[in-house]
Amino acid sequence: MKKIEAIIQPFKLEDVKEALKGIGIDGMTVGEVRGHGRQKGHKEVYRGQEYQVDLLPKVKLEMVVPAARLEEVIKCLVTAARTGKIGDGKIFVYDVEEAVRIRNDDRGETAL
Amino acid sequence: MNSRLEAVEAAAKSAQSAGDNAWMLVSAALVLMMTGPGLALFYGGLVRRKNVLGTMMQSFVLMALVTVLWAIVGYSLAFGEGSFFVGDLRYLFLNGVGAAPNADYAATIPQQTFMVYQLMFAIITPALISGAFAERMKFSAMLLFTTLWSLLVYFPMAHMVWGKGGLLNAFLGGKIACFDFAGGTVVHITSGVSALVCALYLGKRRGYPTEPIKPHSLVLSFIGACLLWVGWFGFNAGSALAASSLATSAFVATHFGAAAAALGWILAEWIKNGKPSVLGGISGCVAGLVAITPASGFVKPFPALLIGFTAGIVCYLMVGFVKHKFGYDDSLDAFGVHGAGGTLGALMTGLFATNLVNDVLKDASGRPAPLGLVDGNSGQILNQLIGCAIAWVLAIVGTLVILKICDAVLGVRVDPEQEVDGLDLSLHGEEAYNLEA
Repeated sequence: MKKIEAIIQPFKLEDVKEALKGIGIDGMTVGEVRGHGRQKGHKEVYRGQEYQVDLLPKVKLEMVVPAARLEEVIKCLVTAARTGKIGDGKIFVYDVEEAVRIRNDDRGETAL
Repeated sequence: MNSRLEAVEAAAKSAQSAGDNAWMLVSAALVLMMTGPGLALFYGGLVRRKNVLGTMMQSFVLMALVTVLWAIVGYSLAFGEGSFFVGDLRYLFLNGVGAAPNADYAATIPQQTFMVYQLMFAIITPALISGAFAERMKFSAMLLFTTLWSLLVYFPMAHMVWGKGGLLNAFLGGKIACFDFAGGTVVHITSGVSALVCALYLGKRRGYPTEPIKPHSLVLSFIGACLLWVGWFGFNAGSALAASSLATSAFVATHFGAAAAALGWILAEWIKNGKPSVLGGISGCVAGLVAITPASGFVKPFPALLIGFTAGIVCYLMVGFVKHKFGYDDSLDAFGVHGAGGTLGALMTGLFATNLVNDVLKDASGRPAPLGLVDGNSGQILNQLIGCAIAWVLAIVGTLVILKICDAVLGVRVDPEQEVDGLDLSLHGEEAYNLEA
């Protein structure tokens, strides 16, 4: 099993969700986060007081998928989340030791 | 025949009284609306999320506290016929303030209407100061400060300018005729200058100006500013104390001043920063409303536009440059807008006041006296300057003394830990936005 962590542009969330649904990935956890990579922030001015805003709003998706489907899911994510501009985000992949469905003790890929 | 004439006269008088009283009661309600929710929203939106309730409370509690002070002694100290500097105690506990008009102030409305209308000014003035000590003053110290400030600064200043026999009262036996229709000196200079003293005395908020301290909701501020704009019609046009053509003239001047100032600030900001901001627009309209306040019952519509436009630019420079240059943390720009705008408006009143608008003041031969420079009265600008100077000095000295007292008795500033946690939680035990609740 692999855990995929994708940090994407907030306005791409709906596209990504639809695309994942299209290939049968239903389970995910989504959080609103702030951060930046190479994308520069922006300037805000309040009554002449300037602030450089570096941490920009992003959405983080987390999902665990069977290892066999990893490349397919990554391809789907990249296609749906890409605009081609700096700030599109990143995908990180981790190994997962175990998964447990709390409702009925299912283990491993059955629990996904 | 005679009795019929008398009956007609009485009916006409009663009709005028009814009309005037209706307008004055509406005006009183409009001015209260400026404090709550107007100013509370305007200031509440400008602070960080953790301080919005504390900030709103500083406005709201004054609606209660100053009312009690006013009933006990405030109205008498402001409008009792006393010395040049303060009223006497004839209206203590509102003794004798009832349905009968007080002809010195407003001959066609119950004195009780006049009393409650003026109360609303006494409420908003100290509420304006809270913009300078936002996000860091103890609630207990704020209550003590405001009580003493009303007694030592506001009531005397209101008496000097508007009370019978007051030093600066142009219409009721003053020594130096200073024109202040609705409170340029009494309300805006006293509050704005006191605000600067508070900002300097309390010191900067933690993290200012290196950490971002951004307004948490300009939407709230926007609603608040628009309520202020509307409420200001009660403030200025109501100051005619009758539903008269003078009230109309003041209404128009007020609106024109706000409009031109909003454009002035937006324009200045657009040129300087490349972007016209909403905060700039609403700050500009408030600056214009402040500046037109003393002039509103004395100037024609085009000078009102000019006063507003100038105020929009000057106040923008005050908060955008002067504040940063000197480094004081006038958190919500009470001084930059009310102190500077009030002074500017009071001085420009000396230029543009004209008896074509306000002919109450008569010369020796009974003709309307020349008012400002446009009427050929070049000396008026000096009188306006003296009025401003008295308001500045009273505000500086009074506020400094009162702050020292409050600091000695209670301490004026919250603990660093409380400041980090925010006033809402540390002082009031609640949070503004429990979105997960």
